[in-house]
Amino acid sequence: MLSFIILCSFSSSAFSQNCTKNLTLKIIDSHDSSLLSNASIYIDELKLELQTNLDGEVTFENLCDKTYSVQISHDRCQTIFTKINIKENSIKTIRLEHHLNELDEIILLTELNSKSKSVYENKVTKETLEQYTNKSLGDVLKTIPGVTSINTGNSLAKPQINGLHSSRVLIINNDVKMEDHDWGIDHAPSIDINSVDKISLIKGAGALKYGGSAIAGVIVAESSKNQLVDSIHGNLFFTGTSNGRGGGVASSIIKTNTNGWYTKLQGTLKRYGDYNAPKYVMSNTGLSEKNFSFKTGLNRIDYGFEIYYSLYNNETGILRGSHLHSAQDLIRAISSSEPLIIKEFTYDIDAPKQNITHHLAKLKVFKKFDFGKINLQYDFQSNNRLEYDIRRGSDRDKPSTDLELLTHSVSVDLESKISSKSNLKIGIVGKYQNNFPDPATGVRRIIPDYKKYDLGVYSIFDYKLNQKWIFEAGVRYDFMHMDVYKYYKTSFWESRGYDELFSDIVIEELANQVLTRPVLDYNNASAILGANLSLDNDVSIFINYSLSSRSPNPSELFSEGLHHSSARIELGDLRFKSEVGQNIAVTYEKIKKKYSLVINSFVNKINNFIFIEPVDIQQTIRGSFQVWEYKQTNARLFGADISFSHKYGDHFSFTHQSSILKGYDLVLDKSLIDMPPPNIKNSISYKNSRLNNLKISIESEYMFRQNEYPNNNFEVYVPTTETMELVDISTPPKAYHLVNFTSNIDLFTNNETPINLSFKISNLLNTSYRNYLNRLRYFSDDLGRNFSLSMSYKF
Amino acid sequence: MKFLKYALLASTLIFASCTDENDTPPVVNEEEVITTLTVTLDSGTDQIVLQYQDLDGEGSDPAVITVSGSLSVNTVYNGSIVLLNEIEGENINEEIEEEDLDHQFFYTVGSGLNVTTDYADADSMGNPLGLSFILTTSEASSGALTFTLRHEPNKPNSGLDNAGGETDIEITFNVTVQ
Repeated sequence: MLSFIILCSFSSSAFSQNCTKNLTLKIIDSHDSSLLSNASIYIDELKLELQTNLDGEVTFENLCDKTYSVQISHDRCQTIFTKINIKENSIKTIRLEHHLNELDEIILLTELNSKSKSVYENKVTKETLEQYTNKSLGDVLKTIPGVTSINTGNSLAKPQINGLHSSRVLIINNDVKMEDHDWGIDHAPSIDINSVDKISLIKGAGALKYGGSAIAGVIVAESSKNQLVDSIHGNLFFTGTSNGRGGGVASSIIKTNTNGWYTKLQGTLKRYGDYNAPKYVMSNTGLSEKNFSFKTGLNRIDYGFEIYYSLYNNETGILRGSHLHSAQDLIRAISSSEPLIIKEFTYDIDAPKQNITHHLAKLKVFKKFDFGKINLQYDFQSNNRLEYDIRRGSDRDKPSTDLELLTHSVSVDLESKISSKSNLKIGIVGKYQNNFPDPATGVRRIIPDYKKYDLGVYSIFDYKLNQKWIFEAGVRYDFMHMDVYKYYKTSFWESRGYDELFSDIVIEELANQVLTRPVLDYNNASAILGANLSLDNDVSIFINYSLSSRSPNPSELFSEGLHHSSARIELGDLRFKSEVGQNIAVTYEKIKKKYSLVINSFVNKINNFIFIEPVDIQQTIRGSFQVWEYKQTNARLFGADISFSHKYGDHFSFTHQSSILKGYDLVLDKSLIDMPPPNIKNSISYKNSRLNNLKISIESEYMFRQNEYPNNNFEVYVPTTETMELVDISTPPKAYHLVNFTSNIDLFTNNETPINLSFKISNLLNTSYRNYLNRLRYFSDDLGRNFSLSMSYKF
Repeated sequence: MKFLKYALLASTLIFASCTDENDTPPVVNEEEVITTLTVTLDSGTDQIVLQYQDLDGEGSDPAVITVSGSLSVNTVYNGSIVLLNEIEGENINEEIEEEDLDHQFFYTVGSGLNVTTDYADADSMGNPLGLSFILTTSEASSGALTFTLRHEPNKPNSGLDNAGGETDIEITFNVTVQ
């Protein structure tokens, strides 16, 4: 895995027979061009070994005109032999690549180069990911303090970072920004966690590379670097669970070569039937998922390329009892202690359901020059979202939403080491996106036809002042142009006054709809300034200020109609401006041998914060509906996340995680909706490497009740009782406490490749609970006890 | 800024070659919307029509609700319900009749209104469907008469309280018996 390459071959017309030539070798690290001192250079013919000086140089004198066998070795590098032909006095530069033994170490090193230096970075390690092979991205991210998820049932989990979600969170999958209708709360990210080796949450200047709209942060999921050895290896995971009576299998195989070529194939299959709450079957909550990814490339020290393709296909059933038609139905559902529809367990997935197919293809090329490394990338994504509702007649089996989102993106960036203390990264990204809502659904388009063009330029600079201080600054500018075809209902078009404000965009007036062509431009600026202070070897303080700007998403601009899953009418606003967030975060980190403590605190002020709130009740033939309108306000969020761990003796350890967050609407002076309540997780673990790597851990998870929430309750007339009744959609559920058990053991430890067996019980006490951040909490309890058994085999 | 606009223009040209410049997208009219419910009450000598019409569906225009006249005291009426999607010119009754096991109408008589109702039709399993019914008036009174159509109700049931399912229609008319 350790290698070096001689960059320049040298030729000469000079000719001499004397042994008077000098050879000077300059050894540098190809990653950051730093000079490598104390590299040992041994020339076999001379039986002489010399070490490079502080400038990375070494000179051999009195060489003859012949070919010498040279051996170069350096700390943490494999010793390598080469031949050098001497014809004249020469100076040769040799670039050594610092490949390290541990994959994780490589990632850590490259990360320091590529991501943030002034913001504490949260990571999900490969080890944790392997514990979650049958789960979703939203589930695994919850292991990071301050990250929660907004759920629609138990399978659709959308990551929420410090209270913010959807378009405010960017998700990067193998260097590609996911474009998958991320605006909807009930739209989970289209990504298979088995296709990546590591996930990190970044909020600092490094985030600017991916976009300026990440008001909450950027989630980066990526693969490990491949080792430069001749090897074929891989893994195989099996999981079976009692709840959902299903399981999954995931496998990957990787072939690598010392010459830098690599190929990886990976696949995942998951199948679950209806899940159970502690007291009943949650009908129609099954899941079927098929994922595949392929990667091949060449990784040389100074150049390389990678081709990556992944397919994600997921079909998720949505709780049958959550499909409603009116506010009167909602009253019945909320007042019932269990879902209105409970059927026998089945593996069938019927309407309401979602079926998502996401293709992602990437071509990336890099080349290193003296002035830095240039990366060139093209990527293509296709996301097809089918949503099936309960329908009638010949439409019964037709989806009611069919969106095809195509995205092409081209980016170029340059990473340059300006001096031994500073790095500069600049880049430009161009993107074209086309959304096609298929009219064959027979349902008015939830998101209109549009073409979107994006152009972004950014620059990130970091400077290491001394051993204590590292500074970092970044700026980004984004231009977005949107060309839309949208049919409005004439009644809405006129009631909003759009007929006067936007008369110029009308193309055609039909009986009760208006075809319009809105063309929208947004200019967004983002910036980040940060500092990292290392007080001594144990304590670091990260201080960070960021300014992020986000264009309104198509849902916020164009929504106009009934949203079945929430039984409400949602209305967007064509006049929205960009949302601008300012965030200040301070993190204190102390890492000792026996314990570690990280405290992260933040304040986030967001101007033109786009949110949705109820404004009216509308009577329709189906009964009453609440009308929710997207609005802009100014918001403030602040909070803190704490994580602490302590080792006791050789075997026992304790970990603690807690988060608290407050979010307010500053204009209306009330709480923001869907803010995670305070939560605490504590766990005690026992680990013994002599007992087949036995690990046993018991975790307690306490979720407080959210006491700060906006009151959006309303009253409707119920004919059967002839009374006005309150629809309580606001009151958060009670606090709850869950206990989880995890155990792990290696079997066949005498073999080179042991099998790891893991047994887990989540919700050990089979507690009935409802989660404020689950949109189906009105209809059903959350998941009951679940036994799961997994086996992993690495070869 | 200028530079960006030009760069954008250039990228537009590049990308334009990857996409079809198709014409304006076709209009979608809601296929499943029920715009109009008409209840005809026929006593043999007299016809009363209750109608609910909302041509823009869940749009912001209010519905037009009409009751053609008062019911007579101590009279038996044959009731029939017709559902239309007037945007598409469709009669929805056919779909309801085809999926009779998945549908049922309910009639809720408000307190004070001296009226009783009975089903006059049945689905293929012999349970009530409710497109036809019999309404019998007694003494003079007035009050609310509500028609509710449930999709995928529990059948048989004893009324709305244990019918379950989703509400496809819920309309209240103010009716007078004199």
